[in-house]
Amino acid sequence: MKELVYLPDVVTLNLCEATCNGCGMCIKVCPHEVFELSGKKAHIVRKDFCMECGACALNCQVKAITVNSGVGCAAGIIGGILNNTEPTCGCSDSKAACC
Amino acid sequence: MKSEYITGNTSVNGEAIPVVSTELNTKDFLGAVMVRWGINRDRYRVNPGIYAVGSPGPGAEVFVSANYKLSFDSLRKNLQGKNGWILVLDTKGVNVWCAAGKGTFGTKELINRINIVNLDKIVSHKRLILPQLGATGVAAFKVKEETGFNVHYGPVRAADIKKFIADGYRADKEMRKVNFSFIDRVKLIPNDFVYGKFYLLAAMAVLFLLSGISAHGFSYRNFQDEGGSAILKVFLAYFAGIVITPIFLPYLPARFFSFKGFYSGTIVFLILLLTRSAGHNLFEILSWFLIITTISSFLAMNFTGSSTYTSLSGVKKEMKISIPLQIGFAFTGIGLQIAEKLIY
Repeated sequence: MKELVYLPDVVTLNLCEATCNGCGMCIKVCPHEVFELSGKKAHIVRKDFCMECGACALNCQVKAITVNSGVGCAAGIIGGILNNTEPTCGCSDSKAACC
Repeated sequence: MKSEYITGNTSVNGEAIPVVSTELNTKDFLGAVMVRWGINRDRYRVNPGIYAVGSPGPGAEVFVSANYKLSFDSLRKNLQGKNGWILVLDTKGVNVWCAAGKGTFGTKELINRINIVNLDKIVSHKRLILPQLGATGVAAFKVKEETGFNVHYGPVRAADIKKFIADGYRADKEMRKVNFSFIDRVKLIPNDFVYGKFYLLAAMAVLFLLSGISAHGFSYRNFQDEGGSAILKVFLAYFAGIVITPIFLPYLPARFFSFKGFYSGTIVFLILLLTRSAGHNLFEILSWFLIITTISSFLAMNFTGSSTYTSLSGVKKEMKISIPLQIGFAFTGIGLQIAEKLIY
């Protein structure tokens, strides 16, 4: 089956290669093979596949990665606007169930 | 209350640690089916804490999981024949990935739970195996700083755990990757179907009421003639958004989920048109086209939350473009519907 990819050129993921220490953690935690390691540095190779889950940035000890992470969930965003909070899917609330 | 999956206890430093079975029984299976249909989903939990699998010693591996029973079950099932420990975090009954996104499967809770169960007294090593998707909530280096434990991110799917261990704690590319296969998508349909039931009933009620409008006020005959058909059309639109869209997701053109939903709504509309059930005149036919595609499009857009590859930035962009269109379509559709009743 062909691999699903969402919209081109919208992802907020950024990697500062100068800061990167080449530990490779981002590669281990990324669920969509966005990074590759070469020349002792990580590189973003498949940016459009990024779903902004934030695992790489959180696990980057030298803070070389930034991403505006959150849930890619329309119901969550609508809920966030209505309740004036961050977009959040209702997984843990008693009624909602988006993921 | 003793749970059925607990088969006994093992004593470590004078404390009893429950031993869990690695075989899932009929009750576990039925529980899983019910949860997929949204039944008992919020109470499908295990108690946070430490559990034993087989007869583990101080050198056995520690696997970390969520206290959503479906997550816990899939882990213990895949540890069959192994000796190990399972550390269950309090994720409020939510699966690993969603809980990690919210931070409940997170650095703080992991550190907290390690301390509560005195993990350093139970095992002699400093290794924790976490599901890879937990990484969205857990900063491995912080756990190391605070507790001395090294977080090893395992595979995405519990089914790959044995291979992960056999390969020397290495997850290969395939193990690390999240897919969204036909089966993955189909599993989500029942819950989404049940979840939107109130919207479905509300939309059915509105269109049913509209069907009774005539130039002389509400007409009982109109209800009788058109009401059932209106309810059926709304149901088909719901079906298009919640069932057809996920099934054909990769094959529906367009990247926006809302547009994919527009297309599956169009398919349903064309079937109605070909069977001469879409309406009696151009006004009515057009109004149903707009209403059906709007409902389907909106529901499909909400499937972004169930999917495994949409980003927050992307969904925001999609909504900015789609919601005004959906509102326009809905108002025009309903307007035409009323106008048609008053004219004809």
